[in-house]
Amino acid sequence: MENQKTPLYSYHVALGAKMAPFGGWLMPIQYEGILAEHAHTRNQVSVFDICHMGEFILEADAFSSGFDRVVTQNITGMPPGTCRYGHMLNDKAGIIDDLIVYRLKEKSWMIVVNAATIRSDEDNLKNNLTGEFTFNNVSNITGKLDLQGPRSLEAIRGIFGSKVEMLSYYTFGEFDFSSQRCIISRTGYTGELGYEIYVPSEHVASLWARLLEDSRVKPAGLGCRDTLRLEMGYPLYGHDINLEYSPVSAGLDKFVDYSKDFIGKQALLKEKESGPKERLIYFKSDSRRSARHGFGIYSQSKRVGTVTSGSFSPSLGVSIGMGYIRGNHKIGDQLLIKEDNIEIPVVIVEKPFYSGARPN
Amino acid sequence: MNIPENLLYTKDHEWARVEGKTAYVGITDYAQGSLGDITFVDLPKVGKALKQADPAAVVESVKAASDVYSPFSGTVLSVNPELASHPELVNKSCYEKGFFFVIQLDNEQEKAKLMDNNAYQVYLEGLSK
Repeated sequence: MENQKTPLYSYHVALGAKMAPFGGWLMPIQYEGILAEHAHTRNQVSVFDICHMGEFILEADAFSSGFDRVVTQNITGMPPGTCRYGHMLNDKAGIIDDLIVYRLKEKSWMIVVNAATIRSDEDNLKNNLTGEFTFNNVSNITGKLDLQGPRSLEAIRGIFGSKVEMLSYYTFGEFDFSSQRCIISRTGYTGELGYEIYVPSEHVASLWARLLEDSRVKPAGLGCRDTLRLEMGYPLYGHDINLEYSPVSAGLDKFVDYSKDFIGKQALLKEKESGPKERLIYFKSDSRRSARHGFGIYSQSKRVGTVTSGSFSPSLGVSIGMGYIRGNHKIGDQLLIKEDNIEIPVVIVEKPFYSGARPN
Repeated sequence: MNIPENLLYTKDHEWARVEGKTAYVGITDYAQGSLGDITFVDLPKVGKALKQADPAAVVESVKAASDVYSPFSGTVLSVNPELASHPELVNKSCYEKGFFFVIQLDNEQEKAKLMDNNAYQVYLEGLSK
C-alpha cells in the first residue's frame, strides 16, 4: 500500500527534508540534521509535523458507554480542559496502544492515538462501546503540529495570544487561528516545555508557515523526535510497548487506575502479583556505539533479553537504550549488548537518561 | 556533490587515494550525506589482512549502521585516530580529515575494478533515476 502524505508533504520536500515511511506515512526524518535539530529543540524551539497521528471524537458518558473500561487511566476523574496519558489493553493486558485522552466537555472526549494503530484502535473502541454514543474518526480532517522547546511559549504567544500562558502541564484550551477553532495542549513527548496544536487540516500549512516566520522556530523531523523521547525514557509504541507487553512489564503502572474496572485488569493484577516475566530496563554505555532494536542483552554470557530502542544520545554523547530482560537485575548492574561481532558493555540506569529538560 | 578527480570509487561509495603502493580509504560525500550525522566509526585493526570488497569498518549514524568495504586487497597500515572521538569529521571532511584507514596494496591491478570520478558521477546519476 502506498504511504499517505500529510498536507505539509510538499513543504518538507521544498525544505530539503529526507522523507521516509513511518507508520504508513511518508514523513520528514530530518531537515538540517538530527543532531542539530535535537539540540535546537533542547535549547530553542522546534516545530514537528504530527499530522499522521490519529484523533477520534467521542460523545458519550464514560461509564454508560463503556469508554471508561477501555482506558487504564482514571478518565472520569478528569476535569474538562485536562488530558491524560494512558493505555488500551486487551484481555491479556497486552498494550493495544498508548494514547492521550482529552476531556473536551463532561461527555465529550478527544482520543489521540498512534498513526500505525488508527484502524485497530478504532475497531477496539467501537467493539467495546455500547448504549448511546457518537464516535467520529477525525484523523483525516485534523492537522497536528507539535511545538517543543524552552522557547515554545514565546513563539506561540505571538500567534494565539497571552491566554496560552494559562495552560499548565497536561491541560488544554480552545484558541482561534484564522477564525478556525484550534485545540492547544501543554503536552509533548520530548520532556521540554511544549505545546501540541490541533487545527483543521486545510489550515495546517498556513499555521506551519506562520510558526516558521519566527526566527526562533525551526522545523524538526521524526529522527530527532525519537532521540528526544528516548533521552526521556518515553516508550515508543511498536518498539518498547506492544501487544506482547503489559503496563506492568513496561514499568508504566503509574498510568493505571486499579480502583476502577478496565479491560485487562484481571490479567494485569495477576502479573503484578506474580511479577512480570520480563521487564523494561534502561541502559547506558560509555561507548558511542549504538545498540539497535533486536540486539541481544546478556548477563554473564547468558542471554537475558532484547533491545527495543537504542540510539546515540545527542545530549549525553554516548549510546543509550531500552529493552526487556528476565531476572532480578537492578540499577547499576553491568550487562552486555551483543549482536554478531558487536559487543557493547552497558549499565542499567534509571530514567530519564537526560535530566536537563525543563517541562514547566 | 563533491567527487574529486584524483580518487577511485567503489559501487558501495568508498573512495581510495592511491599513493604508490598504499591507499587512503574513506566514504564519499554521497555516502556521508545519505547517512546523516555520523556518531561512531568502528575501524579495522592495524595489521589486518583484507580482500578486495571485504567488510573493513562500520559507520554508524544516529539511525543506522553501515558496513564499509575495502577497495583493495592488502594489509591495514594505519587508521585515523581522530575518528574515535570525532566521528563527525566524516561529515565535515570526508575526503581529507575524515579518512578511515590506510592500506598497503597487494595487487595494484585491482584499480581496474574501481571507478574514476567521471564513472562514479554517472553511477550516482543512475542511482537517482
